[in-house]
Amino acid sequence: MVADVLTGTFTVKSGHAQMLKGGVIMDVVTADQARIAQEAGAVAVMALERVPADIRADGGVARMSDPSMIAEIINSVSIPVMAKCRIGHFVEAQILEAMGVDYVDESEVLTPADEQHHVWKHDFTVPFVCGCRDLGEALRRVSEGAAMIRTKGEAGTGDVVEAVRHMRAVQDAIRKLRNLPDDELVVEARDMRVSLDLLMQTREEGRLPVVNFAAGGVATPADAALMMQLGADGVFVGSGIFKSGDPVRRGHAIVQAVTHYNDPHILADVSKDLGEPMVGRSVRELSEQELLATRSV
Amino acid sequence: MLRSVGVTATEVRLPKHLEELDGLIIPGGESTTLSRLMSLYELREPVAEMAKRGKAVWGTCAGMIMLANEITEEDPVPMALMDVGVQRNAFGRQVDSFEQDLHIKALGEREYHAIFIRAPVIIRIGDPVDVLAALPDGRPVAVQQGNMMATSFHPELTADARIHRYFVSLAGGPAFDPEAPLIDTPRVR
Repeated sequence: MVADVLTGTFTVKSGHAQMLKGGVIMDVVTADQARIAQEAGAVAVMALERVPADIRADGGVARMSDPSMIAEIINSVSIPVMAKCRIGHFVEAQILEAMGVDYVDESEVLTPADEQHHVWKHDFTVPFVCGCRDLGEALRRVSEGAAMIRTKGEAGTGDVVEAVRHMRAVQDAIRKLRNLPDDELVVEARDMRVSLDLLMQTREEGRLPVVNFAAGGVATPADAALMMQLGADGVFVGSGIFKSGDPVRRGHAIVQAVTHYNDPHILADVSKDLGEPMVGRSVRELSEQELLATRSV
Repeated sequence: MLRSVGVTATEVRLPKHLEELDGLIIPGGESTTLSRLMSLYELREPVAEMAKRGKAVWGTCAGMIMLANEITEEDPVPMALMDVGVQRNAFGRQVDSFEQDLHIKALGEREYHAIFIRAPVIIRIGDPVDVLAALPDGRPVAVQQGNMMATSFHPELTADARIHRYFVSLAGGPAFDPEAPLIDTPRVR
């Protein structure tokens, strides 16, 4: 049937994430920053009112950004625009979809709206990206309809340690899975609280069923290349670019570092003279209440 | 996918990676990003040189934009290797991305399931360009100009290897036989 046109299928949704592979997605809070990000070579931007470092500093309840601010960013660049909704806040997601946002990030960086349930993402035409700390969390999000996964890391810190921990946890679990006999897989699925089918598919393919980006604490080109060498398909940079001394240079350098993540000579070159990195906060200095990654798992 | 049709595939990031290739595929992605990195790492001239020497070159989605000699925006800057005009994001935003079966001339009778993601479309065709497939409304989405090919859709997202085998034939591989048994290869992510 030549006339049949299908939109909003999982293939189209997860396929979009495939096209972002090997790229950098940058947090931006103004149309100017969005243009700078596009100029630096970002494959997409995340439109939000405050970068995670400011959300962290300001405290209070963090919600979906003002639609007029998101619309302004949509109109200012030709690359895809993502925006965040609170975990479980399916109405914020509906609003973002209606606005023509290209990807919704159901994000722990905002204050969760539901501590029991995530958005049922299969019902949406717009694709979703969700955070994870390990394989079980990643697959639970995929079963709810996430078309893309990212590590949670610890957003707004400039400390890459949690992103590394989460990426290694996912990769390590997949490596173990590949040698697991069927009977033990049943127990594993129960422990992970995921369906046996999805776990079998993951074992079969030897990777997550969707693209997996690194996020949460990436601040330098070396951080970005580290995440790529650990198996990330691409990188989100939140506060790391526009909270640094020279966002244009740093953004451009991180894009090149992700493309040439296996070439230390190029990495050395692009890491030169970038000015001050964002002022970081070590994750170890954070109190239990300040951790974002442990929200709604 | 390429390995499954009997080809040795390698990733190209720098001009030196182009040496000894029989063909080049410029894949989907963000055309603005592609355009910048191709300039920065001086890939434009060697790729154009390769195409002029008759090596097979295929652009999919963003790759198609890079091959065009005219696009509707100032950015990105294409390489102007094929005589076509291209409109970026011709169907709208991601919520408008779609799947559709197409009839592709040269691939035989069976329809080809094509996936369009924030896809470009061809709005002008020069004399040396052959239309391989068009949407029901007539807009071309697959074209060939000698050793070069461009598609709006993403063959890297489907299991149907016919179009890859067709490209391999342009790159000096075995002649494409539309009657050959159809074997879907496992989808590669």
